[in-house]
Amino acid sequence: MPKTVIDAHTISKVYNPDTIPVYAVNNVHLHLEEGEFTALVGPSGSGKTTVLNMIGGLDKPTEGNIYINEVDITKLSQSELINFRLHNIGFVFQSFNLIPVLKAKENAEFIMLLQGVKKKEREARLQQLFKEIGLEDKMDVRPAQLSGGQQQRVAVARALATRPRFILADEPTANLDSVAASKLLDLMEKLNREEYMTFLFSTHDQRVIDRARRVITLVDGRIASDTAAVSTEFPHG
Amino acid sequence: MWIIKLAWKNLWRNRSRTLISVAAVFFAVLLSTIAESLKQGVFENLVKNVVSFYTGYIQVHKMGYQQEQLLDNSFEEDSRVKDAIQSATNIRVIAPRLEGFALASSEALTKGCLIIGVDPAFENEITGLRARLVTGVFLNNRDTGVMLSEGLAKRLKISLQDTVVLIGQGYHGATAAGKYPVKGLLRFGSPQLNDKLLYMPLPVAQDFFSAQQLITSYVVSLHTDKELNQTAMQVSKQIGDQYEVMTWEELLPDIKQHIQTDSNNMKVVQGVLYLLIFFGIFSTLLMMMLERKFEMGMLVAIGMKKSKLVQLFLTESVLTVLIGCIAGLIASIPLVYYLKKYPIKIGGETAKAYERFGFEAIFPTSTSSSIFLSQALAVLIIGLVLSLYPVYKVIRLNPVTAMKK
Ligand SMILES: Nc1ncnc2c1ncn2[C@@H]1O[C@H](COP(=O)(O)OP(=O)(O)O)[C@@H](O)[C@H]1O
Ligand SMILES: [Mg+2]
Repeated sequence: MPKTVIDAHTISKVYNPDTIPVYAVNNVHLHLEEGEFTALVGPSGSGKTTVLNMIGGLDKPTEGNIYINEVDITKLSQSELINFRLHNIGFVFQSFNLIPVLKAKENAEFIMLLQGVKKKEREARLQQLFKEIGLEDKMDVRPAQLSGGQQQRVAVARALATRPRFILADEPTANLDSVAASKLLDLMEKLNREEYMTFLFSTHDQRVIDRARRVITLVDGRIASDTAAVSTEFPHG
Repeated sequence: MWIIKLAWKNLWRNRSRTLISVAAVFFAVLLSTIAESLKQGVFENLVKNVVSFYTGYIQVHKMGYQQEQLLDNSFEEDSRVKDAIQSATNIRVIAPRLEGFALASSEALTKGCLIIGVDPAFENEITGLRARLVTGVFLNNRDTGVMLSEGLAKRLKISLQDTVVLIGQGYHGATAAGKYPVKGLLRFGSPQLNDKLLYMPLPVAQDFFSAQQLITSYVVSLHTDKELNQTAMQVSKQIGDQYEVMTWEELLPDIKQHIQTDSNNMKVVQGVLYLLIFFGIFSTLLMMMLERKFEMGMLVAIGMKKSKLVQLFLTESVLTVLIGCIAGLIASIPLVYYLKKYPIKIGGETAKAYERFGFEAIFPTSTSSSIFLSQALAVLIIGLVLSLYPVYKVIRLNPVTAMKK
């Protein structure tokens, strides 16, 4: 029986409720099981970022509840949410994920410092992570010396470092060329396959959409289609 | 610890901005220290000049003398009074004086003069009278001669060893007259004084004015001018209400006023300086916050507690301000000492005014260590108050809006 990691019930996000209400997200149901590799797609302005922000506990829905591992995160305070994110969710943003003054490995180590992980454990984990993302030789390099694709892979390493329940990635390939995008997807797929890491990522790039096992399409803040049936049948291990 | 390391690295992410901030703090400390040390230095110097010039820090008179400076308002020189004054803390030297006007004549000319009967040794302790001697001998208390100010001698066309004839009115209307050999000439910067002062030993003056045992004032010098008013109060309490106790501030209200005005002007200058620093640092802070808005949002999004982020920004500010402060302190110390050794010279009308009083026309600095510390501290506090701005921003930070392009 697969475990549910994300369970969003009829969530909506309304901007300017008092003047001209804008439904950025309108009555969305979203249910994600452990081990999924799901793309959230739709044209610009369709509400992808808003959905991801709400699921990631960065933004509160106007209506509805979101359960992450059976915790209703819409009931958490701001500071509880920060802590919740730190321990449960890995984030990869479109760009500028990294602290420019820190080396690649320090960027991944940073989040483990926030978690209070011991030095020995951090170092072992860093070796392992950078091996996984294939950037062992770039550990001591500053972000500015890395290509866009390499920076995104370091961001994935950082997201993974805390051993989150799932990773949210908002258009992680939007700033990458197709080769780098493909390599990032390779990495994400590998982590999904080998470590059973759950991914939910947004995109409007068809080549990326093609790599997803489940595709949820948003139009004007509503779910227009969901290929959920296909996704749960992926044989892993 | 890693927060401090990260803060340090962040300081150097935009080298020029950090250097601008550090430089703002540096010059702030430097300029405000120099301004303050000049202010206090000029003040101290002026007080020292004024006090050692003639009045002393405190004078004790018979009640009413300040209003009506007549011989009839003199009082008996009394060791009990002297002991009472001495019993106040902070008293250094007490010198008796008997002052009165008379006409001075040479063979051909007659001029008005101010006779000051003094105990020369005590007087010298307070006003450094001996140093004003340009020719002749410095009298002692048993001498029978007089010392003339140079200008008076010139006006009377007499010189050393000549005789001066004095005629005036003594105590209770007695006629005062006498002939005295000129034993020394004194030079005063102020023309008013240089043209009319005539010093004689106290017994001679008492004899001349028929004022045996009488004096018009005790002139008092202090160990430190910091407790001027307390000391005056103590003395006043000790000697009772037949006497008036006056500080130099009361004796010379004009000078006190002048110091007050100067010191207020300096405060305005310092205020403007602080304001400039404030906005200088603030503008670089604004730029920095704007530049790092996305990053701040990102850090909170991935799970950095706001308290940690606040720590980070505070550490950055404190490091910046501290570096600037310490550098400013280090630079200001030799500069202030240099300006003490080679003081700024005053020019123009002000210089003339100073010289008329017999003061050196200079702006010396004060090297009191409290100045360095207080100014560095003031700038440090400004810096720390300013660093509350990023703190406020962090507390209010919403990661979603911060990360919006
Ligand atoms: N703060 C806001 N105020 C008003 N409307 C907003 C705000 N943020 C987002 N929106 C609107 O919500 C809709 C969804 O935006 P978003 O989730 O960013 O879409 P996507 O990520 O798919 O491009 C858009 O129409 C956008 O204009
Ligand atoms: Mg978006």
